[in-house]
Amino acid sequence: MTEAQRSPTRRPSRWATFRHQLRTSLGPWLYIAPAGLVMLVITFFPQLFQVWMAFTDFRIRHLRFNVFNPETWPQFAPPFVGFANFYKIVTNQLAIENYDFWRILLFNLTWTVSNVFFHVVLGVIIALALNSKGLFGRRIYRALFVLPWAMPGYITALTWRNMYDPRFGAINQLIGIVNNWLGTSFPTDTRWMDVAQPPIGGPLSFLPLAFYCVLLANVWLGWPFMTVVATGALQAIPEELYEAASIDGASGWQKFWKITAPLIRPAMVPAIMLGTIWTFNQFNVIYFISGGGPFGRTEILVTQAFKLVYEQRLYGVAAAFSIVVFFILLIITLINNRITRATEAYYA
Amino acid sequence: MRSQIKRKALLRQIALQLFLLAVTAFVLFPLLWIFSLALDPRNIDKPLELRLIPPGASLNSFQKILAQPFRLLCRDPSDVSTCMTFSRLLGNSLLVSLGTSVIAVVLGASAAYAFSRFQFIGRQAGMLAFIVLIMLPASATLAPLYVLLTQIKIGNEPLRATLPGLMVAYGSGALPFAIWNLKGYFDTVPRELEEAAIIDGANQFQVFYRIIMPLSTPALAVTILFSFMAGWTEFILAWTFLENPSRFTLAMALRAMQGQFATPWSEFAALSILMSIPVVVIFFGLQRFIVSGLSMGAVKG
Repeated sequence: MTEAQRSPTRRPSRWATFRHQLRTSLGPWLYIAPAGLVMLVITFFPQLFQVWMAFTDFRIRHLRFNVFNPETWPQFAPPFVGFANFYKIVTNQLAIENYDFWRILLFNLTWTVSNVFFHVVLGVIIALALNSKGLFGRRIYRALFVLPWAMPGYITALTWRNMYDPRFGAINQLIGIVNNWLGTSFPTDTRWMDVAQPPIGGPLSFLPLAFYCVLLANVWLGWPFMTVVATGALQAIPEELYEAASIDGASGWQKFWKITAPLIRPAMVPAIMLGTIWTFNQFNVIYFISGGGPFGRTEILVTQAFKLVYEQRLYGVAAAFSIVVFFILLIITLINNRITRATEAYYA
Repeated sequence: MRSQIKRKALLRQIALQLFLLAVTAFVLFPLLWIFSLALDPRNIDKPLELRLIPPGASLNSFQKILAQPFRLLCRDPSDVSTCMTFSRLLGNSLLVSLGTSVIAVVLGASAAYAFSRFQFIGRQAGMLAFIVLIMLPASATLAPLYVLLTQIKIGNEPLRATLPGLMVAYGSGALPFAIWNLKGYFDTVPRELEEAAIIDGANQFQVFYRIIMPLSTPALAVTILFSFMAGWTEFILAWTFLENPSRFTLAMALRAMQGQFATPWSEFAALSILMSIPVVVIFFGLQRFIVSGLSMGAVKG
């Protein structure tokens, strides 16, 4: 340091700086190595393989192809088809019933945005209610409200499926009870998952009744996470800020938008980012409740990819599908990352 | 004046209570439904009326799940003694879930520490690569993973068909979230504490192990919980990879009940409840950590 100050002309060469950086980079990478190694083998390798599969016509007979055994190569190697799989996916040339890529994508985005919106709004409102001063039963409510989140998602999904049963499901029975009480006559035999007629017309006519049903189930499932995150952030806001605002004559509404909202934002944005990815790929709810129906209109990209593998056995197309999904999510995440700077180092 | 304030507070309390009771009803409705399914002795798929306690309610389905062998999961279908029992399924599930947690927390904390504390070549790219992996759909990677894990042999058995194989696969899946969440939390631990420890003669590893880790209990708890839940409920991969019924897990038993023909709903509901209990208990146990574990990193970062 001092030597460098004395003779500013003798700066270390670029190569030396790079070598120095390389040497100091070794330690950190040693910390990363165990996780990196496991993920390299278990996650990166299959993903790389998947990229290769996406450019081939990989079908069930090619499953005996083994990269590590050259003897299987000539007989079982799938034919290379270039971008044909991708082309077929986006131009709807797959021989699957009710397949329309752009409709599925539009539905997937609608599904994500509407879910995350309700999760966040409900989550924050309930967190605010739970955080208000002098509330009775706060601990009980807090304990009860994490239940939807704590239940295994697959079990929740099957429970909701059962509740939407047209004949004896809980929802139709509940409507029957309401009819009894209020003397109304709502239909009690609605086939929630099969009705093709959209309940809301106009620009929303691409959403069947089943969409609102799975939306309700997933809102039930998703808001507690947002409440938990919001609660943590709310508790970190100093009480004095609100007191000062009260003295200045701020209304409750103003306090929310000028104090609460900006201060919980740093906690909410990464949670929203995570929630967006989770919802975008929410397999359990769609697959087990609506199954993509009616006529594939509540299909999302991951359930379609799953069906390509397990029902159609089109491994190559499914691989290409996953890559398409990946790029869509990558774009969403990069946009989010611009906003949240989640990858920046704290001491950068 | 005084009574006016009091009345306002009371009205506010009533409004809040009404709102929160409505939320409670919404939250509890599906849970009570599955509870009543489990109590129904007729084992029908849907009760004919909406009742919390169905006619002739009994705990038979719980008794059946806990005490009788699972006829669907036998090594030799003609011999009942080779069938799986609840306790053995539970043992496998616990082993897989705890193994997944350990892998995610140990490897994840180590990597997260590097990403949080050092400037080095490839840091941004590496961090982004791990985040990106959260969003890779895994459906089509099952086939290559199957081939790969079959190649790795333990003794004369492929790693794929063993429980450690499952743990590694699940652990790897849980790592991106673990790293992401832990890194966010480590960022909030003041660097001055580490500097002080180094002046006192601690080495880099001691700083990590003695200072960072204990101060990050909430984030570690969240990581353990999430990875435990992943291992506890996953069945698609397990169903594809495992061959020997003696290694099957509870989630797989639940899946097997959703057979092609009649689902025994009471037993299904009973097993669902039994499977949810440990998760819910851990959840409540860790609840005070979860709030700060999930949000602290974000508040600061």
